[in-house]
Amino acid sequence: MNRNFVLCILACTSLLAPSVQAEAPDLSQEAMAMIRRDFQPRGSAGLNRLDQDAVQAVCNRFANKPPQQLMGLLQADQQAAIKFPADGNLLGDWKAGEALAQSGRGLTWSDSPGTAVGGNCYNCHQLSPAELSFGTLGPSLLKFGKLRGNTAETQRYVYGKIYNAKAANLCSNMPRFGHVGALGEKQIKDLVALILDPESPVNK
Amino acid sequence: MPSRTIEREQSMRNKMLAAASIVVLLALPFVANAQDKTIQAIERYREMLADDNPAELYELRGAELWRKPRGSQQVSLEQCDLGLGAGIVKGAYVRTPRYFVDAGKVMDIESRIAWCMVTLQGFTAGEIAKRPFGSETYKSDMEALVTYVVSQSKGMKIDVSTAQPQEQHAYDMGKQIFALRSGSYDFACATCHGDRGKRIRLQELPYLSDPKDAGRAYIGWPAYRVSQGEMRTMQWRINDCFRQQRFPEPQYLSDSVNALIMFLAVNANGTVYNGPAIKR
Repeated sequence: MNRNFVLCILACTSLLAPSVQAEAPDLSQEAMAMIRRDFQPRGSAGLNRLDQDAVQAVCNRFANKPPQQLMGLLQADQQAAIKFPADGNLLGDWKAGEALAQSGRGLTWSDSPGTAVGGNCYNCHQLSPAELSFGTLGPSLLKFGKLRGNTAETQRYVYGKIYNAKAANLCSNMPRFGHVGALGEKQIKDLVALILDPESPVNK
Repeated sequence: MPSRTIEREQSMRNKMLAAASIVVLLALPFVANAQDKTIQAIERYREMLADDNPAELYELRGAELWRKPRGSQQVSLEQCDLGLGAGIVKGAYVRTPRYFVDAGKVMDIESRIAWCMVTLQGFTAGEIAKRPFGSETYKSDMEALVTYVVSQSKGMKIDVSTAQPQEQHAYDMGKQIFALRSGSYDFACATCHGDRGKRIRLQELPYLSDPKDAGRAYIGWPAYRVSQGEMRTMQWRINDCFRQQRFPEPQYLSDSVNALIMFLAVNANGTVYNGPAIKR
């Protein structure tokens, strides 16, 4: 399913409810137009960052609670686009994963274009028990591997979640690190190891 | 800025950094409930900071700039109408953003000061927008002017109206922009500020649709930012939020930013303003 199809669904939904539209104009469209007029490119952050893909458009349109059917279609679409490693090995180096989890760098207009993108994990999640400075926007991942087991299935689940959290939960707050190309295959493997490797401090 | 003032600012800053290290040392022995202890230590650090706020120096410099004939017209800002009539500064800040008929726009306090600099003093909008935010080596006049003006609303309640249709519209737009997800990471303002009791790392995140949290956050700006050695305004705060959201940059004093400030201000209505703040 492509983006145009979803945008058509959005347009058709609005066409189906013309009376509602007449009473309450879609303010989000007006706000989007305002932003397009007011923002300027800076550094690596071009105006194309304001182009919404289907997931963003649908989550915005339905205040993060889209209808079940639409949500299912889009989630399947996102799931199908996940690229799992060709060699089938999903478990990298947890030490590299820990370093990556600490970094929140990358993709802001003040980061130079070559800046290595961080995993941003500690911004929102608890991971290694030694790191007390963790955020609470996402669930705690302390002992995740110990509780869920380091199985092939769990590895695939965690890899997919980091690659594209929207595949399982369309309007999740979590970025789609693999889908948007912020993190590469090796980096995601290292993060999988941080979360699942029995040797990782997360599971000690 | 006279060197005596710079020295005073540096000495204030050194005291604060010393206070910060004391707080960190005090926090170290506690292993149990380390999380709570760390947050308590940060609270104590904030209290210690409040005793000696370099914002006062910006306020003094802003007051001088306000009265000084400047720009191509060589006039002062003393006849500037901040919404309560020409020349009235007292209480003007807590009544902004508001709709200004002469400009045909909803403006926050910083936008209105810029408007007066253009219409009264003869500065160009381009000149003002060229470098609005200061750094360690560059002191922005605007940050000093804003600090002076807001300090003249100390002790007053935030009282922002949406009675004019343009004001209501700005609020509605701000509310929409607050929820709008875009950019590389699908972030909206609401991603971090849309729920109660959340943190990013150890930083508590205000739930900005809640009056109590919005009030506390709103009166937290403008603030002297110790880590940056600089006074920061609400325009800067929102600009930096968009940076962290991985968005492109909002143009200085743009309608989008003013709409967001309107949304926050209305949510903060009724909160007593304590004057320029100070932060880590």
